[in-house]
Amino acid sequence: MKITLRVNGTDHVREVEPRLLLSDFLRHEIGLTGTHVGCEHGVCGACTILWDGEPARACLAFAVQAEGHEIRTVESLSPGPGRLDALQQAFQDSHALQCGYCTPGILMTLTAFLAENPHPDEAAVREALSGNLCRCTGYQHIVDAVLRVAAA
Amino acid sequence: MKPAAFDWHAPTLLAEALALKAGHGEAARFLAGGQSLVPAMNFRVAQPAVLIDLNRVAVLDHLGFEEDGTLAIGALCRYRRLERDAEVARRLPLLAEALAEVAHPQIRTRGTLGGNLCHADPASEMPAVMLALEARLVLRRAGGIRQVAAAEFFLGPLATALAEDEMLAEIRIPPLPPGSGTAFLEVARRRGDYAMMGVAVVLRRGPDGRCDLARIALCSAGPTPMAAPRAAAALLGQALEPAAFAAAAALAVQEIAPMGSVQASPAYQRHLAGVLLPRALARAAERAA
Repeated sequence: MKITLRVNGTDHVREVEPRLLLSDFLRHEIGLTGTHVGCEHGVCGACTILWDGEPARACLAFAVQAEGHEIRTVESLSPGPGRLDALQQAFQDSHALQCGYCTPGILMTLTAFLAENPHPDEAAVREALSGNLCRCTGYQHIVDAVLRVAAA
Repeated sequence: MKPAAFDWHAPTLLAEALALKAGHGEAARFLAGGQSLVPAMNFRVAQPAVLIDLNRVAVLDHLGFEEDGTLAIGALCRYRRLERDAEVARRLPLLAEALAEVAHPQIRTRGTLGGNLCHADPASEMPAVMLALEARLVLRRAGGIRQVAAAEFFLGPLATALAEDEMLAEIRIPPLPPGSGTAFLEVARRRGDYAMMGVAVVLRRGPDGRCDLARIALCSAGPTPMAAPRAAAALLGQALEPAAFAAAAALAVQEIAPMGSVQASPAYQRHLAGVLLPRALARAAERAA
Protein backbone atom coordinates (compact mmCIF):
# COMPACT_ATOMS: atom_id res chain seq x y z
CA MET A 1 0.00 0.00 0.00
CA LYS A 2 1.05 3.57 -0.61
CA ILE A 3 1.98 5.65 2.42
CA THR A 4 3.39 9.10 3.10
CA LEU A 5 5.59 9.36 6.18
CA ARG A 6 6.92 12.59 7.60
CA VAL A 7 10.46 11.96 8.81
CA ASN A 8 12.69 14.78 10.07
CA GLY A 9 10.31 17.28 8.53
CA THR A 10 10.34 15.76 5.03
CA ASP A 11 7.51 13.75 3.44
CA HIS A 12 8.47 10.40 1.93
CA VAL A 13 6.03 8.51 -0.31
CA ARG A 14 6.58 4.78 -0.66
CA GLU A 15 4.73 1.60 -1.58
CA VAL A 16 5.10 -0.81 1.34
CA GLU A 17 3.73 -4.03 2.79
CA PRO A 18 1.83 -3.59 6.06
CA ARG A 19 4.33 -5.87 7.80
CA LEU A 20 7.27 -3.54 7.13
CA LEU A 21 8.62 -2.37 10.48
CA LEU A 22 9.18 1.35 10.90
CA SER A 23 12.86 0.64 11.64
CA ASP A 24 13.23 -1.10 8.26
CA PHE A 25 11.32 1.68 6.50
CA LEU A 26 13.75 4.24 7.88
CA ARG A 27 16.84 2.23 6.97
CA HIS A 28 15.92 0.48 3.74
CA GLU A 29 13.25 2.63 2.13
CA ILE A 30 14.59 6.11 2.82
CA GLY A 31 18.21 5.34 3.64
CA LEU A 32 18.33 6.82 7.13
CA THR A 33 20.70 4.21 8.52
CA GLY A 34 21.41 6.15 11.70
CA THR A 35 18.53 4.27 13.32
CA HIS A 36 20.17 1.00 14.35
CA VAL A 37 18.51 -2.37 14.68
CA GLY A 38 19.75 -4.53 17.54
CA CYS A 39 17.30 -7.00 19.01
CA GLU A 40 14.11 -6.33 17.02
CA HIS A 41 11.93 -7.11 19.98
CA GLY A 42 11.98 -3.91 21.94
CA VAL A 43 14.64 -4.73 24.50
CA CYS A 44 17.88 -3.07 23.38
CA GLY A 45 16.73 0.44 22.51
CA ALA A 46 19.09 0.91 19.53
CA CYS A 47 16.17 1.75 17.21
CA THR A 48 14.66 4.42 19.49
CA ILE A 49 13.21 7.32 17.48
CA LEU A 50 10.90 10.18 18.43
CA TRP A 51 7.25 9.62 17.62
CA ASP A 52 5.43 12.94 17.94
CA GLY A 53 8.26 13.99 20.23
CA GLU A 54 8.15 10.92 22.49
CA PRO A 55 10.82 8.21 22.48
CA ALA A 56 9.56 4.94 21.00
CA ARG A 57 10.92 1.70 19.56
CA ALA A 58 10.92 1.82 15.76
CA CYS A 59 11.09 -1.99 15.68
CA LEU A 60 7.74 -2.29 17.49
CA ALA A 61 5.64 -0.26 15.07
CA PHE A 62 4.70 -0.86 11.48
CA ALA A 63 5.58 1.85 8.99
CA VAL A 64 1.94 2.09 7.92
CA GLN A 65 1.03 3.16 11.45
CA ALA A 66 3.34 6.19 11.35
CA GLU A 67 1.34 7.98 8.67
CA GLY A 68 0.09 11.27 10.08
CA HIS A 69 2.75 11.36 12.80
CA GLU A 70 6.02 13.28 13.10
CA ILE A 71 8.97 10.90 13.17
CA ARG A 72 12.43 12.15 14.16
CA THR A 73 15.61 10.15 13.81
CA VAL A 74 19.18 10.75 14.94
CA GLU A 75 19.91 12.40 11.58
CA SER A 76 17.77 15.35 12.68
CA LEU A 77 19.96 16.29 15.62
CA SER A 78 22.85 17.91 13.78
CA PRO A 79 22.34 21.64 13.25
CA GLY A 80 24.27 21.48 9.96
CA PRO A 81 26.82 19.49 7.95
CA GLY A 82 29.77 18.50 10.09
CA ARG A 83 28.24 19.98 13.22
CA LEU A 84 26.98 18.35 16.39
CA ASP A 85 24.21 19.43 18.70
CA ALA A 86 24.97 20.06 22.38
CA LEU A 87 24.19 16.51 23.47
CA GLN A 88 26.21 14.94 20.66
CA GLN A 89 29.14 17.26 21.48
CA ALA A 90 28.91 16.28 25.15
CA PHE A 91 29.03 12.61 24.12
CA GLN A 92 32.22 13.27 22.19
CA ASP A 93 33.76 15.34 24.98
CA SER A 94 32.87 12.79 27.66
CA HIS A 95 33.92 9.70 25.66
CA ALA A 96 30.34 8.47 25.98
CA LEU A 97 30.57 6.02 23.10
CA GLN A 98 32.90 3.33 21.90
CA CYS A 99 31.54 1.22 19.03
CA GLY A 100 28.60 3.58 18.60
CA TYR A 101 25.98 0.95 17.89
CA CYS A 102 23.69 1.95 20.76
CA THR A 103 24.42 5.67 20.46
CA PRO A 104 21.64 6.80 18.09
CA GLY A 105 18.95 5.23 20.26
CA ILE A 106 20.48 6.68 23.40
CA LEU A 107 20.71 10.14 21.84
CA MET A 108 17.04 10.07 20.87
CA THR A 109 15.98 8.77 24.30
CA LEU A 110 17.97 11.51 26.00
CA THR A 111 16.85 14.24 23.61
CA ALA A 112 13.25 13.63 24.69
CA PHE A 113 14.28 13.23 28.31
CA LEU A 114 16.20 16.53 28.42
CA ALA A 115 13.36 18.36 26.71
CA GLU A 116 11.12 17.29 29.60
CA ASN A 117 13.78 17.46 32.36
CA PRO A 118 16.40 20.09 31.45
CA HIS A 119 18.21 19.80 34.81
CA PRO A 120 17.97 16.18 35.96
CA ASP A 121 19.91 14.60 38.79
CA GLU A 122 22.04 11.52 38.23
CA ALA A 123 19.39 9.07 39.43
CA ALA A 124 16.88 10.43 36.92
CA VAL A 125 19.43 10.14 34.12
CA ARG A 126 20.11 6.51 34.99
CA GLU A 127 16.38 5.80 35.10
CA ALA A 128 15.95 7.44 31.69
CA LEU A 129 18.75 5.27 30.30
CA SER A 130 17.31 2.04 31.67
CA GLY A 131 15.70 1.15 28.35
CA ASN A 132 18.90 1.38 26.30
CA LEU A 133 21.63 -1.25 26.35
CA CYS A 134 25.30 -0.38 25.81
CA ARG A 135 27.67 -3.33 25.73
CA CYS A 136 31.01 -1.48 25.31
CA THR A 137 31.60 1.26 27.77
CA GLY A 138 29.08 0.91 30.51
CA TYR A 139 27.00 3.92 31.30
CA GLN A 140 29.17 6.15 33.46
CA HIS A 141 30.46 8.33 30.63
CA ILE A 142 26.99 8.57 29.13
CA VAL A 143 25.65 9.80 32.46
CA ASP A 144 28.58 12.25 32.61
CA ALA A 145 27.68 13.58 29.16
CA VAL A 146 24.06 14.19 30.10
CA LEU A 147 25.00 15.93 33.34
CA ARG A 148 27.48 18.05 31.39
CA VAL A 149 24.74 19.21 29.02
CA ALA A 150 22.33 19.77 31.91
CA ALA A 151 24.88 21.94 33.71
CA ALA A 152 25.66 24.05 30.64
CA MET B 1 12.92 -11.43 13.18
CA LYS B 2 10.47 -10.07 10.63
CA PRO B 3 6.73 -10.56 11.05
CA ALA B 4 4.78 -12.80 8.71
CA ALA B 5 2.47 -11.08 6.23
CA PHE B 6 -0.97 -9.96 7.38
CA ASP B 7 -3.91 -7.92 6.19
CA TRP B 8 -4.01 -4.59 7.98
CA HIS B 9 -7.20 -2.74 8.78
CA ALA B 10 -7.17 0.65 10.48
CA PRO B 11 -10.78 1.54 11.18
CA THR B 12 -11.71 4.90 12.70
CA LEU B 13 -15.00 3.80 14.24
CA LEU B 14 -15.45 1.38 17.11
CA ALA B 15 -18.34 -0.31 15.33
CA GLU B 16 -16.12 -0.96 12.29
CA ALA B 17 -13.43 -2.48 14.48
CA LEU B 18 -15.94 -4.78 16.19
CA ALA B 19 -17.51 -5.78 12.86
CA LEU B 20 -14.07 -6.71 11.51
CA LYS B 21 -13.40 -8.87 14.56
CA ALA B 22 -16.79 -10.52 14.25
CA GLY B 23 -15.99 -11.29 10.62
CA HIS B 24 -12.46 -12.62 11.09
CA GLY B 25 -12.73 -14.20 14.56
CA GLU B 26 -9.60 -15.92 15.81
CA ALA B 27 -7.64 -15.10 12.66
CA ALA B 28 -7.63 -11.44 13.65
CA ARG B 29 -5.88 -9.68 16.51
CA PHE B 30 -6.51 -6.17 17.75
CA LEU B 31 -3.40 -3.97 17.73
CA ALA B 32 -3.17 -1.14 20.26
CA GLY B 33 0.32 -0.16 21.49
CA GLY B 34 1.91 -3.27 20.02
CA GLN B 35 4.58 -3.54 22.70
CA SER B 36 3.74 -7.20 23.41
CA LEU B 37 2.07 -8.28 20.17
CA VAL B 38 4.67 -6.89 17.75
CA PRO B 39 7.63 -8.60 19.48
CA ALA B 40 5.64 -11.84 19.37
CA MET B 41 5.03 -11.24 15.65
CA ASN B 42 8.70 -10.42 15.04
CA PHE B 43 9.58 -13.77 16.62
CA ARG B 44 6.71 -15.32 14.62
CA VAL B 45 5.31 -16.74 17.83
CA ALA B 46 2.19 -14.85 16.76
CA GLN B 47 1.16 -14.90 13.11
CA PRO B 48 -2.26 -13.28 12.90
CA ALA B 49 -3.67 -13.27 9.37
CA VAL B 50 -5.44 -10.00 10.08
CA LEU B 51 -4.50 -7.05 12.27
CA ILE B 52 -7.24 -4.66 13.32
CA ASP B 53 -5.30 -1.56 14.28
CA LEU B 54 -7.17 0.43 16.94
CA ASN B 55 -4.84 3.43 16.87
CA ARG B 56 -7.26 5.52 14.81
CA VAL B 57 -10.34 4.69 16.88
CA ALA B 58 -10.30 7.98 18.77
CA VAL B 59 -13.20 7.05 21.05
CA LEU B 60 -10.98 4.39 22.70
CA ASP B 61 -8.34 6.95 23.69
CA HIS B 62 -9.93 8.31 26.84
CA LEU B 63 -8.97 8.71 30.47
CA GLY B 64 -10.98 10.32 33.19
CA PHE B 65 -12.66 10.09 36.58
CA GLU B 66 -16.41 9.78 36.65
CA GLU B 67 -18.71 11.40 39.17
CA ASP B 68 -18.60 8.46 41.60
CA GLY B 69 -14.79 8.45 41.50
CA THR B 70 -14.42 5.53 39.08
CA LEU B 71 -11.44 5.91 36.76
CA ALA B 72 -12.36 4.93 33.19
CA ILE B 73 -9.37 4.05 31.01
CA GLY B 74 -9.94 3.54 27.29
CA ALA B 75 -8.30 0.65 25.48
CA LEU B 76 -6.01 3.03 23.61
CA CYS B 77 -4.86 5.09 26.60
CA ARG B 78 -1.05 4.99 26.67
CA TYR B 79 0.90 4.24 29.83
CA ARG B 80 2.68 7.60 29.54
CA ARG B 81 -0.61 9.45 29.70
CA LEU B 82 -1.61 7.47 32.78
CA GLU B 83 1.69 8.00 34.56
CA ARG B 84 1.75 11.74 33.86
CA ASP B 85 -1.77 12.30 35.18
CA ALA B 86 -1.46 14.00 38.56
CA GLU B 87 -5.03 13.14 39.50
CA VAL B 88 -4.40 9.43 38.85
CA ALA B 89 -1.29 9.57 41.04
CA ARG B 90 -3.21 11.33 43.82
CA ARG B 91 -6.30 9.13 43.81
CA LEU B 92 -4.75 5.79 42.82
CA PRO B 93 -1.15 5.88 44.07
CA LEU B 94 -0.87 2.09 43.71
CA LEU B 95 -1.33 2.43 39.96
CA ALA B 96 1.25 5.21 39.71
CA GLU B 97 3.78 3.34 41.85
CA ALA B 98 3.48 0.17 39.77
CA LEU B 99 3.53 1.99 36.43
CA ALA B 100 7.08 3.13 37.14
CA GLU B 101 8.08 -0.55 37.13
CA VAL B 102 6.53 -1.31 33.74
CA ALA B 103 9.32 -1.65 31.17
CA HIS B 104 10.89 1.64 30.04
CA PRO B 105 9.75 5.11 28.96
CA GLN B 106 10.11 4.16 25.27
CA ILE B 107 7.76 1.21 25.77
CA ARG B 108 5.32 3.26 27.83
CA THR B 109 5.12 5.87 25.06
CA ARG B 110 3.23 3.39 22.90
CA GLY B 111 2.13 0.66 25.30
CA THR B 112 -1.39 0.55 26.67
CA LEU B 113 -2.89 -0.89 29.84
CA GLY B 114 -5.62 -2.56 27.78
CA GLY B 115 -3.14 -4.32 25.53
CA ASN B 116 -1.10 -5.44 28.50
CA LEU B 117 -4.14 -7.00 30.18
CA CYS B 118 -5.16 -8.79 26.97
CA HIS B 119 -1.64 -10.18 26.64
CA ALA B 120 -2.18 -11.69 30.12
CA ASP B 121 1.42 -12.42 30.94
CA PRO B 122 1.33 -13.67 34.55
CA ALA B 123 4.71 -12.04 35.20
CA SER B 124 3.39 -8.62 34.24
CA GLU B 125 2.72 -6.05 36.97
CA MET B 126 -0.56 -4.54 35.82
CA PRO B 127 -2.79 -7.64 35.95
CA ALA B 128 -1.93 -8.06 39.64
CA VAL B 129 -2.52 -4.35 40.27
CA MET B 130 -5.94 -4.67 38.62
CA LEU B 131 -6.80 -7.48 41.06
CA ALA B 132 -5.72 -5.37 44.02
CA LEU B 133 -7.75 -2.41 42.76
CA GLU B 134 -10.77 -4.63 41.96
CA ALA B 135 -10.91 -3.28 38.43
CA ARG B 136 -13.77 -4.17 36.12
CA LEU B 137 -13.19 -4.74 32.43
CA VAL B 138 -15.66 -3.71 29.75
CA LEU B 139 -15.77 -6.25 26.93
CA ARG B 140 -17.49 -5.24 23.71
CA ARG B 141 -18.53 -7.10 20.63
CA ALA B 142 -20.70 -6.12 17.69
CA GLY B 143 -24.11 -5.58 19.27
CA GLY B 144 -23.09 -6.53 22.79
CA ILE B 145 -21.32 -5.41 25.93
CA ARG B 146 -20.50 -7.05 29.26
CA GLN B 147 -18.36 -6.36 32.28
CA VAL B 148 -16.15 -8.84 34.07
CA ALA B 149 -14.13 -8.46 37.24
CA ALA B 150 -10.37 -8.52 36.74
CA ALA B 151 -10.34 -11.64 38.90
CA GLU B 152 -12.48 -13.44 36.30
CA PHE B 153 -10.62 -12.14 33.25
CA PHE B 154 -7.31 -13.98 33.57
CA LEU B 155 -7.63 -17.69 32.84
CA GLY B 156 -4.01 -18.76 32.42
CA PRO B 157 -0.71 -17.73 30.85
CA LEU B 158 -1.65 -15.55 27.82
CA ALA B 159 -5.29 -16.66 28.16
CA THR B 160 -8.26 -14.43 29.00
CA ALA B 161 -12.03 -14.53 29.17
CA LEU B 162 -12.29 -12.63 25.87
CA ALA B 163 -14.43 -14.46 23.31
CA GLU B 164 -13.08 -14.51 19.78
CA ASP B 165 -15.35 -11.65 18.71
CA GLU B 166 -14.73 -9.48 21.79
CA MET B 167 -12.58 -6.45 22.52
CA LEU B 168 -11.41 -5.13 25.88
CA ALA B 169 -12.75 -1.59 25.36
CA GLU B 170 -12.36 -0.01 28.77
CA ILE B 171 -10.85 -0.61 32.19
CA ARG B 172 -12.87 0.70 35.15
CA ILE B 173 -11.14 1.20 38.48
CA PRO B 174 -13.37 2.04 41.44
CA PRO B 175 -12.14 4.61 43.97
CA LEU B 176 -9.94 3.30 46.75
CA PRO B 177 -11.81 2.91 50.03
CA PRO B 178 -11.26 6.21 51.91
CA GLY B 179 -8.35 6.08 54.32
CA SER B 180 -6.67 3.08 52.74
CA GLY B 181 -2.94 2.84 52.08
CA THR B 182 -1.37 0.97 49.19
CA ALA B 183 2.05 -0.25 48.10
CA PHE B 184 3.68 -2.04 45.18
CA LEU B 185 7.08 -3.72 45.41
CA GLU B 186 8.93 -6.05 43.08
CA VAL B 187 12.26 -7.70 42.54
CA ALA B 188 13.53 -7.89 38.96
CA ARG B 189 16.96 -8.82 37.62
CA ARG B 190 17.27 -5.52 35.77
CA ARG B 191 15.36 -2.26 35.90
CA GLY B 192 12.30 -2.55 33.67
CA ASP B 193 12.36 -6.34 33.41
CA TYR B 194 9.39 -8.44 34.29
CA ALA B 195 9.44 -9.13 38.00
CA MET B 196 10.68 -12.40 39.48
CA MET B 197 8.10 -11.55 42.15
CA GLY B 198 5.87 -8.53 42.66
CA VAL B 199 3.30 -7.68 45.31
CA ALA B 200 0.45 -5.18 45.35
CA VAL B 201 -1.39 -4.49 48.61
CA VAL B 202 -4.26 -2.36 49.86
CA LEU B 203 -4.82 -1.89 53.61
CA ARG B 204 -7.09 0.14 55.82
CA ARG B 205 -7.16 0.87 59.54
CA GLY B 206 -10.66 0.75 61.04
CA PRO B 207 -12.06 3.16 63.67
CA ASP B 208 -10.66 0.86 66.41
CA GLY B 209 -7.16 1.12 64.91
CA ARG B 210 -7.23 -2.44 63.63
CA CYS B 211 -7.24 -3.61 60.03
CA ASP B 212 -10.72 -3.62 58.51
CA LEU B 213 -9.80 -4.04 54.84
CA ALA B 214 -6.95 -5.91 53.15
CA ARG B 215 -6.25 -7.01 49.60
CA ILE B 216 -3.14 -8.78 48.39
CA ALA B 217 -2.25 -9.60 44.78
CA LEU B 218 0.98 -10.92 43.32
CA CYS B 219 2.59 -11.18 39.88
CA SER B 220 4.98 -13.93 38.76
CA ALA B 221 3.23 -16.02 41.39
CA GLY B 222 1.28 -18.52 39.29
CA PRO B 223 -0.33 -19.09 35.88
CA THR B 224 -2.41 -15.93 36.32
CA PRO B 225 -2.03 -12.89 38.55
CA MET B 226 -2.71 -14.32 41.98
CA ALA B 227 -4.78 -12.99 44.84
CA ALA B 228 -3.99 -14.20 48.35
CA PRO B 229 -7.42 -14.10 50.00
CA ARG B 230 -6.53 -16.20 53.06
CA ALA B 231 -3.55 -14.00 53.82
CA ALA B 232 -5.70 -10.89 53.39
CA ALA B 233 -8.43 -12.32 55.64
CA ALA B 234 -5.87 -13.08 58.34
CA LEU B 235 -5.04 -9.38 58.59
CA LEU B 236 -8.60 -8.37 59.39
CA GLY B 237 -9.07 -7.39 63.02
CA GLN B 238 -5.30 -7.33 63.60
CA ALA B 239 -3.15 -4.40 64.64
CA LEU B 240 -1.14 -3.25 61.61
CA GLU B 241 2.17 -4.41 63.01
CA PRO B 242 5.11 -6.58 61.90
CA ALA B 243 3.81 -9.76 63.58
CA ALA B 244 0.56 -9.60 61.61
CA PHE B 245 2.41 -8.84 58.38
CA ALA B 246 4.72 -11.82 58.88
CA ALA B 247 1.78 -14.11 59.61
CA ALA B 248 -0.06 -12.93 56.50
CA ALA B 249 3.04 -13.37 54.35
CA ALA B 250 3.48 -16.92 55.63
CA LEU B 251 -0.06 -17.71 54.49
CA ALA B 252 0.36 -15.98 51.12
CA VAL B 253 3.49 -17.99 50.36
CA GLN B 254 1.33 -21.12 50.68
CA GLU B 255 -1.48 -19.68 48.55
CA ILE B 256 0.56 -18.80 45.48
CA ALA B 257 1.71 -21.24 42.80
CA PRO B 258 4.86 -19.79 41.21
CA MET B 259 5.92 -21.62 38.06
CA GLY B 260 9.59 -20.63 37.99
CA SER B 261 11.49 -19.09 35.10
CA VAL B 262 15.03 -19.04 33.78
CA GLN B 263 15.72 -16.37 36.37
CA ALA B 264 14.09 -17.78 39.46
CA SER B 265 13.03 -21.17 40.78
CA PRO B 266 9.58 -21.52 42.35
CA ALA B 267 11.24 -21.87 45.77
CA TYR B 268 13.11 -18.59 45.25
CA GLN B 269 9.92 -16.90 44.07
CA ARG B 270 8.17 -18.02 47.25
CA HIS B 271 11.10 -16.73 49.26
CA LEU B 272 10.81 -13.35 47.53
CA ALA B 273 7.09 -13.19 48.23
CA GLY B 274 7.83 -13.87 51.91
CA VAL B 275 10.31 -10.98 51.96
CA LEU B 276 8.40 -8.46 49.87
CA LEU B 277 4.96 -8.85 51.41
CA PRO B 278 5.80 -7.76 54.97
CA ARG B 279 7.67 -4.77 53.52
CA ALA B 280 4.78 -3.81 51.26
CA LEU B 281 2.23 -4.25 54.05
CA ALA B 282 4.31 -2.08 56.38
CA ARG B 283 4.59 0.59 53.72
CA ALA B 284 0.85 0.50 53.00
CA ALA B 285 0.10 0.72 56.73
CA GLU B 286 2.30 3.83 57.02
CA ARG B 287 0.40 5.39 54.15
CA ALA B 288 -3.04 4.48 55.51
CA ALA B 289 -4.75 7.31 57.34
